[in-house]
Amino acid sequence: MRHSRIPLFTTLAIIFVFYLPIMVLVVNSFNDSRFGGNWGGFTLKWYARLLEEQQIWEAVWNTLLIAVGATLVSMVLGTAAGFALHRFQSRLQRLHFALIYTPLVIPDILMGMSLLLLFVALNVELGLMTIFLAHVTFCISYVAMVILARFQDFDFSVIEAAQDLGANWWGATWRVLLPLLAPGIAAGGLLAFTLSLDDFVISFFVAGPGSTTLPIRIYSMIKHGYPPLINALSTILLLVTFAAVTLSQHLSRSYQKK
Amino acid sequence: MAFRKSKIVECAVTAPSFFWLTLLFVIPTIIVFAIAFKPADPYGGVGGGWTLHTILTLSNPNYPAIIWRTIWISIITTLFCVVLGIPTGYCLARVSARWRHILLVLIVVPFWTSFLVRVFAWKVLLHPDGFLKRMLVALDVLRPDSLLLYNDNAVLLVMVYTYLPFAILPIYAATEKFDFHLIEAARDLGATRFQTLFKVFLPGIQRGLITAFLVVFIPALGSYVIPDIVGGLSSEMIGNKIAQRTFVDRHLPHASALSALLTLAVLVPLIAIFGMQKRKSKEPPTLIETA
Repeated sequence: MRHSRIPLFTTLAIIFVFYLPIMVLVVNSFNDSRFGGNWGGFTLKWYARLLEEQQIWEAVWNTLLIAVGATLVSMVLGTAAGFALHRFQSRLQRLHFALIYTPLVIPDILMGMSLLLLFVALNVELGLMTIFLAHVTFCISYVAMVILARFQDFDFSVIEAAQDLGANWWGATWRVLLPLLAPGIAAGGLLAFTLSLDDFVISFFVAGPGSTTLPIRIYSMIKHGYPPLINALSTILLLVTFAAVTLSQHLSRSYQKK
Repeated sequence: MAFRKSKIVECAVTAPSFFWLTLLFVIPTIIVFAIAFKPADPYGGVGGGWTLHTILTLSNPNYPAIIWRTIWISIITTLFCVVLGIPTGYCLARVSARWRHILLVLIVVPFWTSFLVRVFAWKVLLHPDGFLKRMLVALDVLRPDSLLLYNDNAVLLVMVYTYLPFAILPIYAATEKFDFHLIEAARDLGATRFQTLFKVFLPGIQRGLITAFLVVFIPALGSYVIPDIVGGLSSEMIGNKIAQRTFVDRHLPHASALSALLTLAVLVPLIAIFGMQKRKSKEPPTLIETA
């Protein structure tokens, strides 16, 4: 059958459109003119001004604090959940699976709204703590799914062999199961970390005074308009993202080679 | 022994996530439905007693219009994503492994950047003083007074942009597993291109299409940031109303009633598709079905 060229051209056009707005953003971050339409010459002044923005750096700190905490807790809970879902087939696990799966598809705004109402009902003061609790809640599901996928080609006979050779369950867990599962746990943790860093909607609903995260800060900058600063900030974030992606690709490749 | 399938171990590894999600996901959802039947108090909190008043105000003519807009914007977004996802998934499944890796990375990488930054980038691009508008006016495609931003089309464009990778990936995964000999067989047996596409290829990648539908349509229903940033006053969706009732008017029962409605709207397609798949799995495999 003769191959149609339509799929290839569609794909290339889509990739072009995917990068178009991002390119415009990066170019504008070096634009001396305040409004994006015309080129006013090359400048780094937006980057310099960004460094002076105390509020942004506070927001970055809050974001990292929450992301690290939420990642660690959701890695523990998610790994246990993934193990339970894979190892046991019972009515309890079917319910457990529904409980893990539903947060993945439910829109963010519903999760944010319902958590806000819970915290209001319990009289919990909104702040970094409530954002942390909310982030763990949506991260558990993602970590559990990654672990569950890793278990698909996991050979449990290794564990049985360890036990036959005299390992007790504690030793078998710590010295055989967890090391073998480590790449999966790391992948799940990385996913949780990036999701936590990027979350805006849920954080916005459960944030209180003094708990501004970076996405919340960026949102208020977009709303109250200082475009050149967001351009510069976005370009820095892009660079950080690309560096992290390249690094993790590199690490996973060298890991596979071993 | 941890690796014998004992009930104690099962409970020990299930309990942490089970209780966490019950406490911070199931109970909050129940609270949403409960507070929809509560009156508001004058201080932005929730009053005592029960009332049907909040639910009844949903029939106010504003709301059906917003609900209807939310549904049709989500449907059109999903259609565009699936229609664009099919040729892209096909392309990814057919190119050499080397190119596939490059194209996949190219498709996924922009979406590792901040979601807000991407939406903002479109705002800059579509801005009346922006580069795209000037170019299109110069090319005589647009009139100088037409607006690219702050309308339904801008919302649709950015929604398709945001959700397209979520449609491409499952469609690609299904296409990769599809047996392309079936296409040759169909053509040999005299099927037209059109028949081959609709009776062999698309039913063959059905699973990917259903997943694509779910992962685009359901989050699209809950959109809030995109219409908020690139939409106009007339492109508000349910999500915007929920946020407005929560942050601007501080009327929590109202926001709850709208959230409860959205929850139901999300559950309907979810349950329908799971039900459909359960029935489908009892039928013979796709090869026989399409023959």
